[in-house]
Amino acid sequence: MRSSKPRPSTPWLFFLLLGISFTLLTFADSLRLRDAMQADLTANRQLVRDLALTDLALFTDARYVRHLSQQDNYAAFQDHPMALEHFPSGSLIMPPQLSP
Amino acid sequence: MNHFFSRQRYLIDYTLASLLRRKGKHATLLLIYTLVIALLASVMLFTEALRQESQLLLSDAPEIVLQRQIAGRHALVPVDYLEKIGTIRGTHQIEGRLWGYHYDATIKANYTVMASEEHALTNSEIIIGATLARSRGVAVGDMLSLSAADGGTFVFTIKALLPSTSELVSSDLVLMTPHALRLTLGIPEGFYTDVIIAVRNPREMQKVAAKLIERLPDSRPILRDEILRTYEAVFAWRQGVVLLLLVTTVLAFIIFAWDRASGLSAEERREIGILKAVGWEIGDILQMKFWEGTIISLSAFLTGYLIAYLHVFYGNASLFAPVLKGWATLYPDFRLYPVIDALQLTTLFCFTVIPYAVATLVPTWRSAITDPEEVMR
Repeated sequence: MRSSKPRPSTPWLFFLLLGISFTLLTFADSLRLRDAMQADLTANRQLVRDLALTDLALFTDARYVRHLSQQDNYAAFQDHPMALEHFPSGSLIMPPQLSP
Repeated sequence: MNHFFSRQRYLIDYTLASLLRRKGKHATLLLIYTLVIALLASVMLFTEALRQESQLLLSDAPEIVLQRQIAGRHALVPVDYLEKIGTIRGTHQIEGRLWGYHYDATIKANYTVMASEEHALTNSEIIIGATLARSRGVAVGDMLSLSAADGGTFVFTIKALLPSTSELVSSDLVLMTPHALRLTLGIPEGFYTDVIIAVRNPREMQKVAAKLIERLPDSRPILRDEILRTYEAVFAWRQGVVLLLLVTTVLAFIIFAWDRASGLSAEERREIGILKAVGWEIGDILQMKFWEGTIISLSAFLTGYLIAYLHVFYGNASLFAPVLKGWATLYPDFRLYPVIDALQLTTLFCFTVIPYAVATLVPTWRSAITDPEEVMR
């Protein structure tokens, strides 16, 4: 006799379908968010142009991370061979790449 | 074909029932697996969004910024440099930029002070970034005092705030007239902080930069491409601390998952023995174990990725803020420009789902080829 209990695979396949649908939806949602943010992005690009800005204001704790692209030339461990980075954000920045 | 699907479905039924028999153990594994994927996917989405946004925003940065360096340090540029630059063929729109840093002891933060002639400011008016206004608790019409280079104090009226949607580029900005800036930062007349240069033909950028160094040996031209490359590198996969933390987490998880997936418990070995004794073939058992790995890893991947998406684009990546903030007092409140790189998502899938599903197969195959009687004993 067949049991009336649903097969275990039914809820999991439903979950799988839901998960895949939501994953695909994130692509559509990101496009929607991008559209909504387009005006802000255009305004920010204008601000960058007007003020001739060169860097993101992501790290403001030291001048060499506030203006990453404008920093002095420096070498890693230039202060002392064992010198550790002063600022945590400095550890997120890669050393400058050597020219070929 | 129908037979194949119905057979696979029966195998999934059996696998799920088997997983549910050891609920606690598998739920813990699923939870840790999901969290690891959520963390990895968050870093991936966050850095990719920041990388894309920096490229979009800074593609409007000045074509060439010319700095002067004395003793390896940035120095002020004399006004006659502008004339010398003007004689180099290919350059046009040469402008001196006035900007600098101001340390505010009240909130222990550094501001970026810039001269702006665009906003029709008077010498006693300033426009400030939204983050700065929030940190100082000031609004339009309020006064803000800044200590000057000569020891005095200047009191400015806040004319306007820069839009809060622009915090990623303007969080710590203070805009004032060139005259007010010279007095506040102590930059004498006849000098600029640096020079921005536009080049007629973008293909001649390198040539113009070479001529600038030749004509002005103490100068250092920074090209827009270099600015873009800097940010490309900062937000690339090989980042410092975040990746280091992640590598540690992922390694711990790999050990955990490998131990879990590759070593079969006595109970599981017995189960395989019984299945073989009741007529299951090696192929059936392997398929069943494959489904076990797939169910756990696929569930963890989908849930983890969705958590990461919500965390980064709807929760403003709040978990990463303390890492990125560092010791900064002013931290911009910004919404990321959502970009999902399908290739990165596929890579994450391949590195997280497939190894787990495969890792479960080897020990199962070893148990499955052993005589059932021996396995069950």
